[in-house]
Amino acid sequence: MTENSVPVLSVQNLRVSFDTQDGTVHAVDGVSFDAYAGETICIVGESGSGKSVMASSIMRLNNSSTATTEGRILVKGLDVLSASEEEVRGIRGSEVAMIFQDPMSALNPYFTVGKQIAEAYVVHHPGASKHEIHDVVLAMMIKVGIPSPEKRIDEYPHQFSGGMRQRIVIAIALINNPKILIADEPTTALDVTVQAQILDLMMSLQKEFGMTIILITHDLGVVAEVAQDVIVMYAGHIVEQSHVDALFHAPTHPYSWGLLGSVASYGDNKRGGLVTISGSPPSLISLAVGCSFHPRCAHSKGEGSVCMTVSPSLRSVGSDGSRSACHLADDVLVSVGRGGFRS
Amino acid sequence: MSSEIALQAVDLVKHFPTGSKGLLGRADKNVRAVDGVSFTLRKGKTLGIVGESGCGKSTLARVVTRLIEPTSGNVLLDGVDITKTSGKDLRRLRRQMQMIFQDPVSSLNPRHSVGQIIAMPLRVQGLLDEADSIERVKELMQLVGLNPEHFNRYPHEFSGGQRQRIGIGRSLALNPTVIIADEPVSALDVSVQAQILNLLERLQTGLGLSMIFIAHDLSVVRHIADDVAVMYLGKIVEIGPAEDVYSRPAHPYTKALLSAVPIHDPSERGGTGRIRLVGDVPSPIDPPSGCRFRTRCWKATDLCGAIEPPLQADASGRIVACHFPEETPLTIGKSPE
Repeated sequence: MTENSVPVLSVQNLRVSFDTQDGTVHAVDGVSFDAYAGETICIVGESGSGKSVMASSIMRLNNSSTATTEGRILVKGLDVLSASEEEVRGIRGSEVAMIFQDPMSALNPYFTVGKQIAEAYVVHHPGASKHEIHDVVLAMMIKVGIPSPEKRIDEYPHQFSGGMRQRIVIAIALINNPKILIADEPTTALDVTVQAQILDLMMSLQKEFGMTIILITHDLGVVAEVAQDVIVMYAGHIVEQSHVDALFHAPTHPYSWGLLGSVASYGDNKRGGLVTISGSPPSLISLAVGCSFHPRCAHSKGEGSVCMTVSPSLRSVGSDGSRSACHLADDVLVSVGRGGFRS
Repeated sequence: MSSEIALQAVDLVKHFPTGSKGLLGRADKNVRAVDGVSFTLRKGKTLGIVGESGCGKSTLARVVTRLIEPTSGNVLLDGVDITKTSGKDLRRLRRQMQMIFQDPVSSLNPRHSVGQIIAMPLRVQGLLDEADSIERVKELMQLVGLNPEHFNRYPHEFSGGQRQRIGIGRSLALNPTVIIADEPVSALDVSVQAQILNLLERLQTGLGLSMIFIAHDLSVVRHIADDVAVMYLGKIVEIGPAEDVYSRPAHPYTKALLSAVPIHDPSERGGTGRIRLVGDVPSPIDPPSGCRFRTRCWKATDLCGAIEPPLQADASGRIVACHFPEETPLTIGKSPE
């Protein structure tokens, strides 16, 4: 990541809220970040942290009748949020593509997989001949590792296993050679041996196509495997943005500490208490004043303190280039120290 | 395994007939969900059962508790065969053995208050004494970390983690000796998972429970289990003390499964010796002959297709069902500490 290069994706002060019967849900509340060519950014957070809503905003997939979206999302200089439907359609698939968690519901059960991959290609290549389409689809199926593609091109989604279906979804996403791939929990529905295959595939395709991957996951193991930069989200905010090594070895936000400490890690054979974060993720309708994490935070300074009155903004902390949205980041960093969450 | 045995499964089999009927209306094919499984659960210990989806681990839980009838085989609870008991005797036996389920939403009746839910096992067993039961419910709620004042509330008023605590409270109402937990934390967020795992550990130590802990998450099982059984396509392929199974897996499948677990520290990235299985798990309707893992195994020979390897101790004392058990310890994905 070089500072002077132009980001392929720039999210600026994104806010997404939904009006519901119970009140307004602030799913994403002032999120900004840049993504550069060829890098892998992982977005982690628990359910309800706003990570999926943010991802679908980049493709402008949120339902405009219920969602209110503010801010700017720049892809190739185009502001996705204010662009016309036609302009957005021009970048969907060709500039930004998305894969989802459940490959079965992402595929249409009535059409052969070949047809579904071809459909995505034809949208951006209206003049393509039948022959060309067939060749392109077949080549893509080989790239994503479908065995005997000549035969399987005419099969239906139900004839594929979960892992193979996810490969088809990846083939559809990559058929137009997008610059940015957004993957929303792409391996969560898969078994661990198949997850390993799919992650390997995504990483090798990233090298080949040189694309930027924005991977949304709740699994810190996946983050440790593939990420360069990590964005930790909590209650619609970015609470930490760090290089992956910095996050795992010297996290700068108490929530990141808690998250890392609560993972029963594979190498952990000492039985004994996991670090826990007390309570559970908050309702996005009535968020706490001040830092939205303070009700669960062990370091919070209590009544009347800055934690309870001022909403912290993301700022540079420490020497690793990390950014943290914690008022106490510098103090806490000193008191807990590197690797403190492992104790 | 020298310590006392809480529960023993002997050659358990559960076959489900498939929808397609042959001539004479008999199902011509069976899904062999559990196909000859034996294990022992030591008193006061936790046996983890791991495997990928479709390996039969949840069916095993339901057969062991006799929520579904086994096709054949026996389950001995404190020496009594629960597959041969019925009626009152079975009901009494069930007091000793309770289950915790995966989904804290669908396993709690939305129309019952928490008090009613936790007291339900007492009512079913005819042990309900109105005055005492409220006290007992409050005591249980306290035990699992819920506010006892909330006994009149309904499940939807609780968060996912709290709902799982309600399910755990219910499972403890009858003072069972054996708890069978089927994926008790996989529906929960990771910060909440840790709370529930800590609770289960604390309860187990405090109450001297024996526990069968079923999960697909190998890290979670390692954290909580004393012994581990690895299942593949309806069979146990390897069983033993957790430390052994994780640090020097004997079955190639165990090794592959462990090496597919994401690393927990980015500095371990790019480690050598990772094993990537090809393909998917075969159908349990028509499993491969001989060793069921041979279609994905890099060590398979003709012998593996011809003769099914029995689950037995190998030269170094590890209990494994493989003709060619692994010799080298697992070197990847391990903590650098």
